[in-house]
Amino acid sequence: MTRLVPTAVLAVFLTLSGALAASAQSIDETINGIFASSTGWFVSLIFSNFPGTSFPWIVGWLVIAATVFTVYFGVIQFRAFGHAIALVKGDYSDPNDAGEVSHFQALATALSGTVGLGNIAGVAVAIGIGGPGATFWMILAGLLGMASKFTECTLGVKYRNEYANGTVSGGPMYYLTKGFAERGVGGGRVLAILFSIFCILGALGGGNMFQANQAHAQLTNVFGEYPGWITGVVFAGIVFAVIVGGLKSIARVTEKVVPFMGVIYVGTALIIILMNYDKIGWAFGQIFAGAFTGLGVAGGFVGALIQGFKRAAFSNEAGVGSAAIAHSAVRTKEPITEGFVSLLEPLIDTVVVCTMTALVIIITGQLVADPNTGNYLLNEAGTAIQTVGDTSGVALTSAAFSSSIGGFKYVLALAVILFAFSTMISWSYYGLKAWTYLFGEGKTQELIFKVIFCLFVIIGAAASLGPVIDFSDAAIFAMAVVNIIGLYVLMPIVRRELNSYWSRLKSGEIKKFN
Amino acid sequence: MSEKFVVGYDGSDVAKRALDFAVSRAEAQGGSILIVHVLEWSPYSFLTPQEIEERHARRTEELERAEKALMEPLKATISAAGVPVETQIKYGHVAKTLCDVAKKEGATQMFIGRDGDGGLSSRVFGSVAGSLVQVAPVPCTIVP
Repeated sequence: MTRLVPTAVLAVFLTLSGALAASAQSIDETINGIFASSTGWFVSLIFSNFPGTSFPWIVGWLVIAATVFTVYFGVIQFRAFGHAIALVKGDYSDPNDAGEVSHFQALATALSGTVGLGNIAGVAVAIGIGGPGATFWMILAGLLGMASKFTECTLGVKYRNEYANGTVSGGPMYYLTKGFAERGVGGGRVLAILFSIFCILGALGGGNMFQANQAHAQLTNVFGEYPGWITGVVFAGIVFAVIVGGLKSIARVTEKVVPFMGVIYVGTALIIILMNYDKIGWAFGQIFAGAFTGLGVAGGFVGALIQGFKRAAFSNEAGVGSAAIAHSAVRTKEPITEGFVSLLEPLIDTVVVCTMTALVIIITGQLVADPNTGNYLLNEAGTAIQTVGDTSGVALTSAAFSSSIGGFKYVLALAVILFAFSTMISWSYYGLKAWTYLFGEGKTQELIFKVIFCLFVIIGAAASLGPVIDFSDAAIFAMAVVNIIGLYVLMPIVRRELNSYWSRLKSGEIKKFN
Repeated sequence: MSEKFVVGYDGSDVAKRALDFAVSRAEAQGGSILIVHVLEWSPYSFLTPQEIEERHARRTEELERAEKALMEPLKATISAAGVPVETQIKYGHVAKTLCDVAKKEGATQMFIGRDGDGGLSSRVFGSVAGSLVQVAPVPCTIVP
């Protein structure tokens, strides 16, 4: 009898695991189906076009806002650029404040939340659909986005909540409430609640499911096909250990390795570009020609423009409001200095890192063009450009890098996983801040959100790319809808801060310490 | 002009020996003691969003703890011996911060202990005493 029990248990286990393996693929499919059908309406609302055009209104919304801020603050991205660098170098840091978070640390942490899959997978999506011309619009959107980021991060610091225990909570939900009240404009509270809801969705979408999804795609690219929920469970376990279990060691290792991976990534891209130095001129030619003609991509040059703007916004998050949450925890006497520092983010993220990815994909000839017309050929469905290995997203980037440096796909897989992980950690924090704004600060409230966050990691890894990427975009852009309304109302306050600071800087009242 | 001695202090046994040595010199020469405790800190390290949020609270805690546990007992005993004593708690790179304080306060000598560990880590990363030998702005006594 006693000998029978283990055998029976083993038999049951074997049967179960057999059944599980058989149903694994269908688990993925089920999750996928439910996901696509339950989020479709939200996606179509956010990405609906201006009446009578094929131009999504949300893309116009972001670009117009970035342009307005650029003009309103007198091209602040170039005027304050040198000062921003001086701030990050610590030239204006009081030595007596040593031990507090430095501008460099704030920038590095905010960057590790934004530099990630958007720069690797997102750019590949943009180039794959919009052609090389998308790069031009991406760079332009990055440059304009610097002004949006400057505005939101200044406000984030100015209107944060400081608690008795020395911690702070900040972000759009706080400046929407407090800033609107200060200006005597109604509706701030409603916008703040809306923003928080969208921020939670964005944290679960772009900040979580998209990351898990692309990390899984990269893993299957290296190790061969296997069910997504396995990646999901492993990732969810690690994220759980960090954000719930307080396993700081993992987070610390990631925070140290991520900047290092970023440097390796950009360095490798530069090497590949230099290896093909004779094609650099041609690649820029393709980028400019594609920007205004489309070179045969779906939707022509408007298609290229939409893809470029969309991916830039998704990658650098300017105008979205997430950076305002990240930067608001920094202690500084002048809120505007955080604004100056943050305007470097879209520059590094989009203008430098995204452009590197784009150049590598273009230069290594991943996109299939018609040798007679020079136009790009579309795939069978007519939705994207044909690629050499029929790849898209992160797999396209991987193919581009590996075609020059064999074996780089392993390094890229590691980079993707680490980027995905650090972005998840950052977004779990943004989502948490929105959650506690809605439900109050407290350990129980925090725990509920963190557990939900981990569950969505599994869903994200199991779902196919289409529905996930659509929902991720939609949720993150929905944050921008609310946030930018707030930025328009509050921009005179930022200008007052800017003028006051600038005149004190010029008069020498604000001194350099080093 | 009265002599001012900067003593790097971290609560270790060697730091205590260095301090005792400096106090005995100060007594003999009629000098004063400035004890400096440096908390290792780089403004270029990487932090998680959570750590950034908690940083100010942590710093306040660290300063209070260092003041209570390290500095206050020392102040009492050294003042009782009749030697004027001041203390400072700083954040930064240890050797560099000690030098900055010495310059700023017009110190005439520096004292520091060394643990005598000639192991691999100090060969690779250097030691505080080793760096001070190279860069100290005033005569520096290293107490074994």
